[in-house]
Amino acid sequence: MTGPGTGTGPAPAGWRPALSSAVSLRHDRVRDADLLLLPERVVVLRGSAAKILRLCDGDRDLDAIVAELRSRFPGAPVAEDVPAFLDRMRGEGWVR
Amino acid sequence: MTAAPRPWALLAELTHGCPLHCPYCSNPLELVRRSRELSTAEWTEVMRQAGELGVVHTHLSGGEPLLRGDLAGIVTAAESAGIYTQLVTSGVGLDGARLATLTAAGLRSVQLSLQHADPAASDRIAGHRSYAAKERAAALVRAAGLPLGINVVLHRDNLDALDAIIERGLDWGADRIELANTQFYGWALRNRDALLPTRDQLGRARDTVQRWRDRLGGATDLVWVVPDYFDGVAKPCMGGWGAVSLTVAPDGTVLPCPAAASLPDLDPPNVRDHPLEWIWDHSGAFNRYRGEDWMREPCRTCSRRAEDFGGCRCQAYALTGDAARTDPACALSPDHGVIRALTTDPGHPAGAGTPAPTGGYAYRKPGG
Ligand code: SF4
Ligand code: SF4
Repeated sequence: MTGPGTGTGPAPAGWRPALSSAVSLRHDRVRDADLLLLPERVVVLRGSAAKILRLCDGDRDLDAIVAELRSRFPGAPVAEDVPAFLDRMRGEGWVR
Repeated sequence: MTAAPRPWALLAELTHGCPLHCPYCSNPLELVRRSRELSTAEWTEVMRQAGELGVVHTHLSGGEPLLRGDLAGIVTAAESAGIYTQLVTSGVGLDGARLATLTAAGLRSVQLSLQHADPAASDRIAGHRSYAAKERAAALVRAAGLPLGINVVLHRDNLDALDAIIERGLDWGADRIELANTQFYGWALRNRDALLPTRDQLGRARDTVQRWRDRLGGATDLVWVVPDYFDGVAKPCMGGWGAVSLTVAPDGTVLPCPAAASLPDLDPPNVRDHPLEWIWDHSGAFNRYRGEDWMREPCRTCSRRAEDFGGCRCQAYALTGDAARTDPACALSPDHGVIRALTTDPGHPAGAGTPAPTGGYAYRKPGG
């Protein structure tokens, strides 16, 4: 993906990830699932995706998000996985 | 019977009233009168029940939903039920104050219809002077920071202007442009002779879309809704009957799809008589074409039946008089000839190289 609407290339220095205003993150009680709701789409989040996205408050930078997750999930490969996941979310335009 | 999967989406037809008169309008030929519409309290209850049923997404549509003075209250009701709201509007009646009220109530996004890139042609197709209001509405939505979708129904009268239409959508700041080829039932079926494009027009339009997709690289979503008359392939209508979404009509009638109002013996349930959960799980209307048990040959043993669900029931009924037959759009349907005759016969406008003159519509209006 390219163009002004979505994020491409390396993340900007000092990036503080935040959910795009077009998406809404919700817990679905009926299906016991975490969802990203978009204008014409519903994305069912798997694994720890929702836990990571909940930390994208526009305040924490990437290091802070990784540190927070590392303390919650000792031993998990957060340092590699989380930045890669957030980069993909930025590519989709769901996180900016 | 195993429980049906929970519905994800609700199409809320808040009113059939509309200042526009589009000749392909998806509302039924018999429009619900305003005096029979659900009240604010009834819509609030519909949203509450829909949320409990598993609905997470609603299109607040019509007609023109802005004609409902209580729209903000309905948005709030959806939002409190955990449902993401998208307003589907012609743009007529949207001003800054109205949009601010709706946004404060929790409105998440807006889908705006456009009939043509040329103002005069857009107004002619809509049967109402509305282009200027649309342009204004788009600017307001952008200024409010809401995602903007532009929806264009495509037909013989505007397919050749596709480049200009896409440019207009981009100028207006759309995040998503839906290019929806006309589906022929209801008003569109009545106007089929005037709306049916030619194969050449469609071929050029497909190339145009591809060119723009390459150029935009995903920055703006270009959605192409296929013209099912031309490909010999049935569309997976509504993601299956009673499988993914439900429609509530202005008077509370609940339907598996907005066009299903045309099926004569469906006997659709109403939220004024039954809870939404009962309607979804147990009503005859929602179970009639659910799953595969209702299918006959060739669908019954076809390898594609889990992908397209045998196509569209309303189209099968409209073209064969029997809603349980294979959708005639499918090349395997024994009735496919009725569609092929329209799209390949050189004596018919759509089969010929040159389009017949445009216009001459039976505009949508109350009283059919
Ligand atoms: S299709 Fe046209 S006439 Fe029908 S509801 Fe939409 S804007 Fe109104
Ligand atoms: S025969 Fe039925 S299931 Fe098979 S492709 Fe055609 S419509 Fe779909």
